[in-house]
Amino acid sequence: MEKRGLNKVDLIFEKIDAKEVLTKVFKMSPEKIIQQVLDSGLKGRGGAGFPTGLKWKYTAAVKESEKYIVCNADEGEPGTFKDREILDKVAYKVYGGMVIAGKAIGAKKGIVYLRGEYRFMLPQLMIELESFHKLIKQIGFEFKINYCLGSGAYICGEESALFESVEGGRGEPRNKPPYPTTSGVFNKPTAINNVETLVTAMMIITHGPESYSHLGTKDSRGSKVFSVSGDTPTPGIFELELGMSVQEFVNEFGDGDTKAVQVGGASGFCVPRKKFGSTIIGFEGVPTGGSMKLFNSSRSMYNVLHNYLDFFAEESCGQCTPCRVGCQQLLKGVQKVKKGEVKTTYLNELIKLADTMKVASKCGLGQSVGNAFRTIVENFREEIIY
Amino acid sequence: MYHLGNLVKELSDKHGRARESLMPILQGIVERHNYLTDEAMVEVAKELDISAAEVYGTASFYTFLDTNVRGKYVIRVCKTITCSMKGKGEIIQTLEDILKITVGETTSDKQFSLIETNCIGWCHKAPAILINEMPYTELTPEKIVEIIKGYMQKK
Repeated sequence: MEKRGLNKVDLIFEKIDAKEVLTKVFKMSPEKIIQQVLDSGLKGRGGAGFPTGLKWKYTAAVKESEKYIVCNADEGEPGTFKDREILDKVAYKVYGGMVIAGKAIGAKKGIVYLRGEYRFMLPQLMIELESFHKLIKQIGFEFKINYCLGSGAYICGEESALFESVEGGRGEPRNKPPYPTTSGVFNKPTAINNVETLVTAMMIITHGPESYSHLGTKDSRGSKVFSVSGDTPTPGIFELELGMSVQEFVNEFGDGDTKAVQVGGASGFCVPRKKFGSTIIGFEGVPTGGSMKLFNSSRSMYNVLHNYLDFFAEESCGQCTPCRVGCQQLLKGVQKVKKGEVKTTYLNELIKLADTMKVASKCGLGQSVGNAFRTIVENFREEIIY
Repeated sequence: MYHLGNLVKELSDKHGRARESLMPILQGIVERHNYLTDEAMVEVAKELDISAAEVYGTASFYTFLDTNVRGKYVIRVCKTITCSMKGKGEIIQTLEDILKITVGETTSDKQFSLIETNCIGWCHKAPAILINEMPYTELTPEKIVEIIKGYMQKK
């Protein structure tokens, strides 16, 4: 397996001349922009990892005069806080990424959906947006960005739930197909990308796809911003090349007593100490939207699991039965096992339920509850029982 | 005292009367009035020419669009894993002591509400809370007492 080790990178927060880059973009053809993003191998940085170039290519191919670029800044995954930092430090690059995406797919309107928890940032972001609008007007772009504010619903990070929310409804995911590329926000073709994805796209156009694709591995190209928290002496935000093992990550960020790392937040995977060396952080191993939580041996993994299940039981939108009932039953189930009210083999039944949720739930929320559930229960069974 | 009808009109003039204006209007009311009363939701429904049930349907989906009575300052304590590991319990205890309410309640003078919330994105600076939209991070019981005292003097 291809491995890269732990290397710090400075791409996302690097200062660039937006005017110069966007002037270059203005003269590029949509096909060339899409080809460069495709060549870079960039996959979506929100967690799901869909190739960005393909998303743009599909949306560009739809014949429709009104299209949208949506920036997903509804960063709600527990343990993720990198998008706030990106918007705080380099909002102009987020807007720049949206303009580039707009040129690529033929959209003139952009929407940034900012989570309600980040409302305090809005006044500053609007000031920067105003000067950005002036800049792109000078260059010749016809593109307008608006902000939409969330109101504290995790599920609105799911793309179709986000569209519903923008349209003024309950944030309940839609059936797919149709996909956003043909019918997204206001039922118009939409390219929806994570904050970091848009900035990365702008950096790919700035430096060229070749230099970007030299970073990372075959399955996980480039670098990624990680949100590091939990039992670590150095919590914070770090941009690292993809392709390192969990062990290399722990060597850098652990407190010397790390027993588990939760990669990808509550919807991600728990990696126990014995698998640190053999697990790669990336799409060939454990994918992550950036959330990295370290737990040392003083922590009860039952408490961790309970906290996550409580989170999902509250944040499930309640629309589909597998997720609505499943989340509640998993939570009640582990409580019963802990209290000794049921046999310990009941955990096997709960794992089956989590597997059912994976295939039967309508959206990514219900489908991913089983990731943390299975990996915590399988690796720390005795902590769940006793 | 603010006039409900005027506020709804003012917000509708600002954000428009299309269906997608609903969220910003509701957010605007909560910003001014802390929570949504039945009267406010009915007023919005009239202004946007949609059913009150639709307004309630949207409002009740979002935890920040409260339909329960809330104080002028809504304190949301993050309860997700990192904050929980790094002393959330102590923060709640301290807040309950100085405000003399328990989680979920509002002080009798309608100044403060204390509630728990899911991850607010400050795990690297846990424990963290929001007071209305303002985040406060790396809290200790001493720090939180100072912050609340500041808000008490504001009123």
